[in-house]
Amino acid sequence: MCGIAGLIHRGKSSNVGQELQGMLQALKHRGEDSTGYALYGDTDGQNFIMRFKVGENVGEGSSSVMEDVSVYDERKKIVDSYISQMGAKIVKEERTLPYSLRYEIDYDKGDLLEFSQKIESIPGVEILSMGKSLEVIKDLGNAKAVCDRYNLGDLVGTHAIGHARMATESGVDIKSAHPFWGYPFSDVSVVHNGQLTNYWNNRRILENKGMRFMSECDSELIAVYLAEKMRNGATLEEGMKDSLSGLDGVFTYFVATKNSLGMAKDTMAAKPLVLYESDDLVAMGSEEIAIRSVLPQEIDTYDPFDGEVKVWQI
Amino acid sequence: MANLKTTEKKTKAQSMGLHTEVLTGKTQQKFFNPDEAENFYYWGTYDVDFNKRTELDVNDMDCKEANKKIDELMSQGYGTIVIKNPQGKHSLGVGILNKLNLIFEGSLGYFGVGSIDGPTVRVNGRVGWSCAENMMAGKVVIEKNAGSCFGAAVRGGDLICKGSVGARTGIDQKGGTIIIGGDAGAFTGFMMQRGRIVVLGNVGINLGDSMYDGTIYVGGKIGSYGSDAIESPMTKSDIDWLKRKLKVAEIGENFDVSKMTKVVAGKKLWNYDALEPTEKKGAI
Repeated sequence: MCGIAGLIHRGKSSNVGQELQGMLQALKHRGEDSTGYALYGDTDGQNFIMRFKVGENVGEGSSSVMEDVSVYDERKKIVDSYISQMGAKIVKEERTLPYSLRYEIDYDKGDLLEFSQKIESIPGVEILSMGKSLEVIKDLGNAKAVCDRYNLGDLVGTHAIGHARMATESGVDIKSAHPFWGYPFSDVSVVHNGQLTNYWNNRRILENKGMRFMSECDSELIAVYLAEKMRNGATLEEGMKDSLSGLDGVFTYFVATKNSLGMAKDTMAAKPLVLYESDDLVAMGSEEIAIRSVLPQEIDTYDPFDGEVKVWQI
Repeated sequence: MANLKTTEKKTKAQSMGLHTEVLTGKTQQKFFNPDEAENFYYWGTYDVDFNKRTELDVNDMDCKEANKKIDELMSQGYGTIVIKNPQGKHSLGVGILNKLNLIFEGSLGYFGVGSIDGPTVRVNGRVGWSCAENMMAGKVVIEKNAGSCFGAAVRGGDLICKGSVGARTGIDQKGGTIIIGGDAGAFTGFMMQRGRIVVLGNVGINLGDSMYDGTIYVGGKIGSYGSDAIESPMTKSDIDWLKRKLKVAEIGENFDVSKMTKVVAGKKLWNYDALEPTEKKGAI
């Protein structure tokens, strides 16, 4: 089933980590296999923030194979050496969990494709996000469990999107969890509720064009599809509008960039979405109950119609 | 007591082979026995006094607790119940089978006031997907917008949304009237079988797709017609009925109903049309 939620503050920052946690926790009945956050925090914009994993969570319910922690350490060492080889410098390093790391990197060449390909050439290593503001955090469990595990409650920023997952199309693991980074574009992330029926056709076409897939989750296709459109010069909104005919199936998805947040709903309007829009805040989710967690007062909400695409700026 | 086992008279539907089972169950016999009055008791219904009013704050309750509390209040004779802080919770006010004034001061989530038979409900907010699904009778008024599948499979009563609604409004509708003050999304009247839908605003694509009976009236633009749906001329009785219905619904004052588009099923289903009127009811 899955649930998605997102919000964007226009003209100010807020405690988006805590707010999104509340929204996703309200949707936990839609899926607790994994939860993911794409948070756009307030930064000085100097360094890249790279969230990556060197292994999987093999806890209860996981479909991943257990590995020794020493393997994670070996992978981390190789990542460090590759970063150095690419002419980048690790400014700050955090290892929240044995398999999950956050680096702040001074990298001025700007070619994230080459950088990412190099890092991900290490087996078992996946970059979850890369950007000057974006941080993708995803792991097994419900929203509160993931928020507590990664201490996201204090994160201040302008906007965020998130996903509560009930695994139906692929395994219960971090690589199949949402949000997906719009590789290799800085600060682009996607969450999706629904099912794409032309996943394999699109995947073959996009792989032939050199695009990268890390999982077998159909939702990853949206991030790759939009990235390919943007690579060819389309704006985010143009790519999203194109996706209404290019993607087959039922879907509601959110996309976020450094300065914007967007939503798209398929032409069958088969997947739910409730939207609240005001001058200083836009909040949306699979169910009204998610919006109520941040806006308990009486407000006007509505369901976007079939085939609608909307984009808001911060 | 009617001996159902030995009933020999075959209906036309049975002779066509549509259903052949013999009703022999104990439940059926009990239900049809007029001598046992207690078996006609409509379980879960209460005699309530509309002048007996109370408020219920459901902010800290889940839907089961809230519905149980509503049931308790009805059993105590309360006929007007005001629900405070529904906060978009799902499945509130479902399964109410008696007369009642039920007022929600706020918005509901999915499946609000589903499977009801008789109450008058007012929601001073928005409702999520599948509001009033399977409603048998009563009146439900939504002051703001509604989600998709509004009035799914309703069998009777009046369901009114003063704002706009999502996709598949009146899907599988089997009777009653659905009135929308604003716009309606795609697939409005999808697989509709009976009843009426009135949309004062625009409707999306595939209006009345796969409908095989019932009528849809649209005041604004139509995105596209679904298969089986065709336009039909408005008659005086249509106009009279619409005027009366909108007045009762307190919606669309001064709206010129004579300019509405009337949409009906254009496809004849031989099996459905071959049934007797009473058998049609059973078939749907």
